[in-house]
Amino acid sequence: MKTLIKNGRVIDPSLNIDGYKEILIEGSKIKSLHPKNKGPKSDRVIDASGCIVIPGLVDMHTHLREPGFEYKETIKTGTLSALKGGFTSVCCMPNTNPINDSITVTEYIIEKALKEGACTVYPIGAITKGQNGEALTELEALIKAGCIAFSDDGKPVINSLIMRRALEYSKIFDVPVISHCEDLKLSEGGVMNEGFVSTILGLKGIPKAAEEVMVARDLALCELTGGRLHIAHVSTEGSVKLIKEAKARGVNVTSETCPHYFCLTDESLKSYNTNLKVNPPLRTEKDVKAIKQGLKDGTIDIIATDHAPHHFDDKNKEFDTAVFGISGLETAFALGLQLVEQGVLNLKQLITKMSITPAKIMRIKKGTLAVNADADIAIIDLNKKFVVDSSKFLSKGKNTPFDGFHLKGTVEKTISVGKIHEWT
Amino acid sequence: MFKSKDLLGIKDLTPKEINFILDTASGFKDVLARDIKKVPPLRGKTVVNLFFEPSTRTRTSFTLAGKRLSADVVNFSVNTSSVVKGETLKDTALTIQSLGADFIVIRHASSGVPHFLSKILNISIINAGDGANEHPTQALLDLFTIRSHKKKINGLTVAIIGDIAHSRVAKSNIYGLTKLGAKVRVICPPTLMPAGIDKLGVDVFHSIEQGIKNADVIMTLRLQLERQVKGFLPSLEEYFKLYGLTAERLKLARDNAIVMHPGPMNRGVEIDSEVADGPQSVILEQVTNGIAVRMAVLYILAGVRR
Repeated sequence: MKTLIKNGRVIDPSLNIDGYKEILIEGSKIKSLHPKNKGPKSDRVIDASGCIVIPGLVDMHTHLREPGFEYKETIKTGTLSALKGGFTSVCCMPNTNPINDSITVTEYIIEKALKEGACTVYPIGAITKGQNGEALTELEALIKAGCIAFSDDGKPVINSLIMRRALEYSKIFDVPVISHCEDLKLSEGGVMNEGFVSTILGLKGIPKAAEEVMVARDLALCELTGGRLHIAHVSTEGSVKLIKEAKARGVNVTSETCPHYFCLTDESLKSYNTNLKVNPPLRTEKDVKAIKQGLKDGTIDIIATDHAPHHFDDKNKEFDTAVFGISGLETAFALGLQLVEQGVLNLKQLITKMSITPAKIMRIKKGTLAVNADADIAIIDLNKKFVVDSSKFLSKGKNTPFDGFHLKGTVEKTISVGKIHEWT
Repeated sequence: MFKSKDLLGIKDLTPKEINFILDTASGFKDVLARDIKKVPPLRGKTVVNLFFEPSTRTRTSFTLAGKRLSADVVNFSVNTSSVVKGETLKDTALTIQSLGADFIVIRHASSGVPHFLSKILNISIINAGDGANEHPTQALLDLFTIRSHKKKINGLTVAIIGDIAHSRVAKSNIYGLTKLGAKVRVICPPTLMPAGIDKLGVDVFHSIEQGIKNADVIMTLRLQLERQVKGFLPSLEEYFKLYGLTAERLKLARDNAIVMHPGPMNRGVEIDSEVADGPQSVILEQVTNGIAVRMAVLYILAGVRR
């Protein structure tokens, strides 16, 4: 079965392409690229008029919740949500139940994803057994089973020696160690950013320093060991500064931020809306500015979603006891487009940070329209306006702070390993 | 006058609304001085006290305020309720509404709980203290007490000493006092000072001597004893040495300054007994005024059109 995508503006930073081209897909692979109107005959034609045609997006930071929390999300619903958002590859964090610290769990995720997953799923294994921060997991076995990176996400590795060992030992396999930077003593009991707004609301604050002291520590350990450090969900100006300085010294570090850290500030919490409760917390205008600058100058390599779906009941309650997290897959690209609108990034840079760069960090053959690559493609109408409606999310998690937001840029079709999904 | 069905905090009130409550409370204070201390306006209405934190004076004060207005008052005791069986706050609140309550007086350790209830319930919500956010009726009774002694609030200097970071009483008083034109000073160790408090228009002091100088009103706050355990302070003794209100220190304030405390007091921690029981103390008067102010709040909210 051959499919030809016509009339779209093809943008692929990995091939340095931006222009009207035609893409021929055969089966699950990209067969060939052709100039406008020069494509060969095919069994089927997709008319991408008025749309951009880009590599399927790659999310380095997703919580699929399965096994263990199927009432929040499943591999099936999470991957469908990914596709709806233009993502064709998701890397799922290990804080499931049981935790993904053994090949049994990794194999379960891989098998389930093959059977029920709508897009490609790459498991991230735990750094330490039980995410307890005490003993390293068996990296070799986990990698063999399918893990492509390691993280105790949701929790930091508090013990600096264990973090050192993780960064050292992982060098054997050349895999990234993804760090959730949070000093748990400094953040203890906190539910939002510490500052004037937390004082006004009477909510316990999480100081920026809770993130920054751990970023500083991990950068020092990365420098010491030469391991591959990736810093998850950067939220503060200080973290951006630390990473920028480290990169200038040649430290082997990459970093990510998420759309909510460049779209929202703690000011928006004034209504005690628990859908704004996220960890790390929404910071201030100054931080948002620094995050944008970091994205612009390359300090922050990629945009991930930190898609953290939750059940309605876990959010519809007291702010203190509501859970942390934002359901992010279905709004990420449109929110990223705001950066383009604001002149922070150009379209090519945005696509780079959401496709080929995360693919490179994870060493996966994704995020490209190169011939013989998997046919992972997103077709997006940049100009179509829409209003975010969480009730229409394919994710089980309707917990978005962006409900009702007027955004631009709709994903019209997503092709995952050759399979075509239409959304409108 | 009043548009909201709820009293969630002082932050959202206008000076006019605050004065309206205080004026209404004056009338009820007269009622409390009578031999027969009961009037009929809330007959047939039901007030439910829903307290998730221990309280003696606030709960009793609301109970009496409701009864003086002829309302039926029910005290919902969390320890013997379905909350112990794992019922959520939301379901508990919806149940109370369905039982026919007209008011829920809520106290909860989590900031924003009254706001949450006001969104999911149609009946009136009165905040009786939420986390470190607000305790509006306490501030109203404090304002009432200050006004009855000083005739007006505008132009007064009020010093608030204590655990500002964790104090909903301090927050509500800061809003109320600044709205009515008082100058507010907050005095406490830096570990107990919340971030950005100066942006609320208050002056920050770490020295009690400097802070209470020439003050017209001195408000001491209860220091929760667990603050020492959590490392905010080296010891309660040191706290008393640095921040305890003693007769010696009180001399630095104006001669006719009044001393207030929202209770319950820790004698010898934040306040010396000599001051607490001394001639400048209005602490017990605050308690009495609390009933009048809460009657005013119930009365006014009952009249708000839905």
